[in-house]
Amino acid sequence: MNPQWEELLAEKLQGMVDDELILGHRDSEWTGHAPILEEDIAFANIAQDEMGHAVMWLELLGQLSGRDPDRLVFFRDAGDYRNIQMVELPKGDWAFSMVRQYLFDAWETVHLGALLKSSFQPLRQAAQKIIKEESYHRRHTEAWMRRLGLGTEESHARSQQAVNQLWPYAFQLFESGDRRDRILVEEGIFPDQMGLKENWRGQVIAFFANCGLEIPKSRPEAPIDRREHTEHLAPLLSELQKVARLDPLAAW
Amino acid sequence: MSVSEVWQLLQDVKDPEIPAISITELGIVRHLEIRDGRLSVELTPTFTSCPAYHVMVAAVERRLRESGFEQLEVKTVLDPPWSSDWITDEGRAKLRAFGIAIGARHEGDIEGSLEGPIACPYCGSTNTEIKNPFGPTRCRSICFCKSCIQPFEWIKPL
Repeated sequence: MNPQWEELLAEKLQGMVDDELILGHRDSEWTGHAPILEEDIAFANIAQDEMGHAVMWLELLGQLSGRDPDRLVFFRDAGDYRNIQMVELPKGDWAFSMVRQYLFDAWETVHLGALLKSSFQPLRQAAQKIIKEESYHRRHTEAWMRRLGLGTEESHARSQQAVNQLWPYAFQLFESGDRRDRILVEEGIFPDQMGLKENWRGQVIAFFANCGLEIPKSRPEAPIDRREHTEHLAPLLSELQKVARLDPLAAW
Repeated sequence: MSVSEVWQLLQDVKDPEIPAISITELGIVRHLEIRDGRLSVELTPTFTSCPAYHVMVAAVERRLRESGFEQLEVKTVLDPPWSSDWITDEGRAKLRAFGIAIGARHEGDIEGSLEGPIACPYCGSTNTEIKNPFGPTRCRSICFCKSCIQPFEWIKPL
């Protein structure tokens, strides 16, 4: 494989790993606190899935870059994480977490769908595995969006507020900030994010309309780089990494 | 030892979370090959985040080493991804006897499968509903039988 691809693809994978990992961690914060028992189980399952997907991308990243997955997760500081800011925001209320999960699931559906056509076989194989599981997430979060959006006055107000707050952050999923990405697109390895964005945006707006929710006018003022984080990431990582860092040489 | 004898050996390795069923009945053993005295085994996970998978991989290695295979390679394959349709007929019968429901093979129509009918593993009634698509493990949903007033688990169609 062309070494230039490898490096570029490794950067992409690092972003995908970190998005799944950080979102999975945030989702797991509802375990024991979800509004009803069934949902506690469901959201814990979804959190576990996102962690599983992070592991899958990490293994692929490990093969490409030769880096140790455990070191990458437990011994990287916030400044070296490449997740988007949307996933690191505190879990908020139930509507906030559901809207965030829905926006991410809708993105994963179009993103994984495009990766099924990747010219890089390991990427294609992982995508076809993950997309089957994701369909359960999407079905679940869509049911919640309808329930919240069309439910009571309060559930509607809270979900609209969450949409307003999260919408500008979601666009970071499609920003690349790196002109070299064209190489991956031209080689058919990684999809063109602009094309995905329109597809995602159209689907989300149409679906939200069915839930009685509107997209706000606010847009991010400038693209946010994946190297930039909010103040919320470092405390999350200190919890996620605490045990591993207590004894870095421990064998598990 | 022949490949078919190895398949037989792997019948001893059970799913640690559903000990009624073996890994071959679960459909996660994808390929076995013996070449120049070296045994190669290909396994595939049911769900990517299934914690039982690593236990099963270790159990396969242990079972085969105990049986004298020193040159052994156990590897994970993802393509094609596991489907609940791969659970064998014997496996299906054992799951039901164990108290876990499983539907007919979905043959790709997951949505249709989720609409039921789902037969209660205790009384056979199809007057049932899915209470939660997510259950105690990644591969099971929680259902309720309105005839015998019992909750039960159902293998998630994948």
